Amino acid sequence: MEYVAPNSLDKAAEIAANARGSVRYLAGGTDVLVQLRSGLHQPSLVIDLKRIPGMLDVVRTADGGWKIGAATPATTLNAIKELRQSWPGIVEAAELIGSTQIQGRASLAGNLCNGSPAADTVPAMLAAGATVTIVGANAERKTLSIDDIVKAPGQTHLKPRDIVASINLPARSQKGADAYLRFIPRTEMDIAVVGCAVNMSLDGETVSEASVALGAVAPTVVLVPEAAECLLGTRLEDEAMENLSMSCRAACNPIDDKRGTVEFRISIAGVLAQRAARTAYQRARERQ
Amino acid sequence: MKMMHVTTSINGDPTEFLCDPRETMLDVLRDRLNLTGAKEGCGTGDCGACSIILGGEVICACLMLAAEAEGQDIETVEGMANDENLHPLQKKFLEHAALQCGICTPGILVAAKALLEKTNNPTETEVRYWLAGNLCRCTGYDKIVRAVMDAAEEMRSL
Amino acid sequence: MALDDAFEAREFKVVGTRPIRPDGIDKVTGRARFGADASASGMLHGAILRSPHPHARITSIDTSRAESHPSVKAIVTRDDFAKELSGEDWNVLENVMAGERVLYDGHAVAAIAATSVLAAKEALALIDVVYDPLPFVTDVDEAMRPDAPVVREGVADESVPEGMNPNVVRYHENGHGDVDIGFAKADLVIEKTFKTEAAHQGYIEPHACLAQLGADGNGELWCCTQGHFVAARICARLLGIDASQLRVTASEIGGGFGGKTTVFIEPVALALSRKSNRPVKIVMSREEVFRATGPTSSASMDVKIGMRKDGRITAAEGEFRLQGGAFPNAPMEFAAMAAFAPYDLEHVRSKGWDVLCNRPKQAAYRAPGSPMGAFAVESVIDELCNKLGLDPIEVRIQNGSKEGSRAAFGPRFKRIGLIETLEAARAHPHYRAPLKPGQGRGLSCGFWFNHSGETSVTLSLSYDGTVSLAVGTPDIGGSRASMCQMAAEELGIPFDRVRTTIADTGSLGYNDVSHGSRVTYASGLATIKAARDTIQKCCARAAEEWGIDPEAVVWEDGCAKPSGHNAGDFEPMSLAEIAANMGDTGGPISGHFEATPTGAGVSFATHIVDAEVDRETGAAKVTRYTVVQDAGKAIHPSYVEGQFQGGAVQGIGWALNEEYVYGDDGRLQNAGFLDYRIPVASDLPFIDTVIVEVPNPGHPYGVRGVGETSICPPLAAIANAVSNAAGVRMTHLPMSPPRLLKAMQEAGIG
Repeated sequence: MEYVAPNSLDKAAEIAANARGSVRYLAGGTDVLVQLRSGLHQPSLVIDLKRIPGMLDVVRTADGGWKIGAATPATTLNAIKELRQSWPGIVEAAELIGSTQIQGRASLAGNLCNGSPAADTVPAMLAAGATVTIVGANAERKTLSIDDIVKAPGQTHLKPRDIVASINLPARSQKGADAYLRFIPRTEMDIAVVGCAVNMSLDGETVSEASVALGAVAPTVVLVPEAAECLLGTRLEDEAMENLSMSCRAACNPIDDKRGTVEFRISIAGVLAQRAARTAYQRARERQ
Repeated sequence: MKMMHVTTSINGDPTEFLCDPRETMLDVLRDRLNLTGAKEGCGTGDCGACSIILGGEVICACLMLAAEAEGQDIETVEGMANDENLHPLQKKFLEHAALQCGICTPGILVAAKALLEKTNNPTETEVRYWLAGNLCRCTGYDKIVRAVMDAAEEMRSL
Repeated sequence: MALDDAFEAREFKVVGTRPIRPDGIDKVTGRARFGADASASGMLHGAILRSPHPHARITSIDTSRAESHPSVKAIVTRDDFAKELSGEDWNVLENVMAGERVLYDGHAVAAIAATSVLAAKEALALIDVVYDPLPFVTDVDEAMRPDAPVVREGVADESVPEGMNPNVVRYHENGHGDVDIGFAKADLVIEKTFKTEAAHQGYIEPHACLAQLGADGNGELWCCTQGHFVAARICARLLGIDASQLRVTASEIGGGFGGKTTVFIEPVALALSRKSNRPVKIVMSREEVFRATGPTSSASMDVKIGMRKDGRITAAEGEFRLQGGAFPNAPMEFAAMAAFAPYDLEHVRSKGWDVLCNRPKQAAYRAPGSPMGAFAVESVIDELCNKLGLDPIEVRIQNGSKEGSRAAFGPRFKRIGLIETLEAARAHPHYRAPLKPGQGRGLSCGFWFNHSGETSVTLSLSYDGTVSLAVGTPDIGGSRASMCQMAAEELGIPFDRVRTTIADTGSLGYNDVSHGSRVTYASGLATIKAARDTIQKCCARAAEEWGIDPEAVVWEDGCAKPSGHNAGDFEPMSLAEIAANMGDTGGPISGHFEATPTGAGVSFATHIVDAEVDRETGAAKVTRYTVVQDAGKAIHPSYVEGQFQGGAVQGIGWALNEEYVYGDDGRLQNAGFLDYRIPVASDLPFIDTVIVEVPNPGHPYGVRGVGETSICPPLAAIANAVSNAAGVRMTHLPMSPPRLLKAMQEAGIG
């Protein structure tokens, strides 16, 4: 295995294009290092992205959105007050990944590229309508939605030489907020048994836009438009909440494993959706 | 395997080493630099026994390639004491008997130091969540949490 | 000797204080040297190839490709170890390196020594093993069925009735009275079946060793172990060498809890060293620790208890089925014997079954067997109290064992402190504190025998009057501090004038392992006796100097003094003065003690737990915890509290989330700290402690072991709290959220 740390995206793309054998990109490394050690991946080249200007930065874009460099660790996101105010669900999802030590390294882009259906930030990004800027093998830039990338456990639709350059969050409407909740057996340090993100905007007290995404209940993180539909035009009355739970449960296609059973995951998806929706709603109201 | 040459700073000491690109920072600290204070409890970032401070942030040395250390500032437990004077956290851990076997102690001290550099008045809950990535199997964390809070109090009064 | 060991009330100066531990600075600065922190010139690194099958015949092992790897210096298989071992020696060897068959997922098959860790791991893939997979079984109840796959034939001893599956290898029974008569007198009889899953000790330091062995059988071994003398004895047998030719040094040990009382990698490293003629270091990965060291048994249990309306227990009966992996000696008799120990019963009967499964060989884990048995018994008592509307502490006081009570396992108790712990729990503010909605309270007692074991200690004077104390029990939780305290107390000198060292096997007589909560009791007793031996020698030197009879000299406040005016009028002679002249007055002065003491006092505890249950998700959280335990005498109270807190929290992990999860393929699914979920700091409240001191009559200061009893009550206390919060009796541990939610849903709760 070789290690390189190029200082520009174009250079990184060129190295990747010319590389023989498999290539792994290194951002925070909290998944990549574990996979190297376990022998799951034995790349011939690791390209460290952290020396590339901008990869560790968060920038407010002209339209009021956010551009988050691909290797930006969770601690950096958490330290930006305006980002926390705009996208509290995304920041809290990032904050849930692993320990303090992991927080200092783990990135949104890494969480996405790892391809886990249980990734904490992916439901939040999906619900937020985040996009991803990618540098391809010829150094061409393209932008994809999160939905375009998630594929299967441990896999994404990215091409082997594609480099994620940034995660882009849209501008937040004045009356909107998001929330992410996950269920884990302990209070920290676990992988989500179920995750749920809810993003919404209000018109007055009424939900005018909504999206709901679930993690760890299907082979990929999934958007559940039927669940979002249940929230539209409501003030989260009991009936809407009940419908939300039912839609989320219906969208589940989980497995039995060491972290939870099928029936448990389906049950919990309905509970978390209600709790996340209430938190997002409360936040949105407070923003008005 | 071609070795890499890395120039870095460890506990303020300019340091150079050669490493296999597959080696982690923890491998190099322990096996090449003879800094065995950081421990390997899991190798997967789940126990925190290898906690070090990299550019001001506490991280797991087992989840960092040694090659990434080029040009960085690294702090380990070996750099905590100021010559013969122990760091207040080190003193409080001894006074409170906040260790039994002591294998998790270096990692917890390093992580707690990073906490107290961010906030000098953490609540019990903040201490517990900050240290959630540092497993201790002997103490039940009771005396550890008390020692960290007592050290914070002492540092506030300095 | 018995009289000599007896407890004598006295005022203490050093014992009972809280000095800074002597190894403290090393441990907070990173200097302390643990198992993996050693290296040697020319050192190789070992790695072990492990079975991916839960049960298979090894058809062939071809090492030729690995041998041609340029970095590989030695490869060993079972052929490189002693032949014709039997009994437990054979069991240990078979576990360390598989013979004809692999018996569990992770069972060692071969090992390599290479010039680097990376090369050794890489070369493992070059060993070609052909397996012929066999049927397997991993559940204790399934393994007892007549048609279950057989783990090993011919293991069962004569205690097992005819006609059982060969997986059932030992049977045990204890008790007295006639339970049928007793049950007939009860107003309410409750019988339930319980299950606990296997838990791992979860020490943070993986097993590590550095071994050097020459063709002449002369060797050195450095390892993290709870007992280096025992490690030397076992390794010598497995390698076919003389125990005295193998000098073993115990490193600092990063947790053991029973899991480091035997050997796993040490004989392998020695065999690789012998073959390569170079030092070999082996460090287990965390995955290896989970797959291939010794977790505790999983258990399946039936308990039946009868109670009168006034709270008196009329009869109690239990059956305890424990699997201990693919080898005999699951601690089923300890479960059966300890389960009813807190109760003074007229009619009681316990049965135990030891069962083989295709899992790793169980090792001791803190009071092996007792926590599971207590879980079953104390759950039924809680249910009886609930149904009869009785206070759980009053019922336990009413039925509790005291001095003279006949234990369910046979003998009559000497002075014990169970009732005192219950009274202290009743008086504690926790017991009367109001509960919030969604919370429940649970209570449990627990019991452990405590052990003594072979013990040797040497105490030597230095010329400056300071003291070197050599003990042979590895310090797993601060015992060097308490040894220094006891030596200082006897000698009448300050704590910091004593340095305690864990001596290697070449420097001290034989010592049993640091287990069975024996160290402060047995090494402590030996330290006191070695100090008294030293004092006697010092008094003799003073007598000689003064020209009086040695019997006329007494030791007070660190000085030899004439016993009275009749003895003569001499200035007291301090330890420092005697030491300063020892070369001219007869030579170096050392005190010794070697024995297997017999007075380890049993220990009881009572725990109170509050837990909160989320009825929508099945999440349970411990919100308040109080440990009340009899320590006999707390030598260093901080480390006694630490044992109480640590045991309680290990119990919280076992009760709520820790378990070995095996897949349908018979492989361990959660061999890491990510999915083997030990408690983290944010899961827990502070753990309140109350030290009760009812002296052990068999120790000069009254010490009882404290390390293990603290894990006996938590499983039951937490299960009672959670059951009371959830409104449904939880009979299967851990009470993980899926299990708890399912139980509540089935009961129509939530």
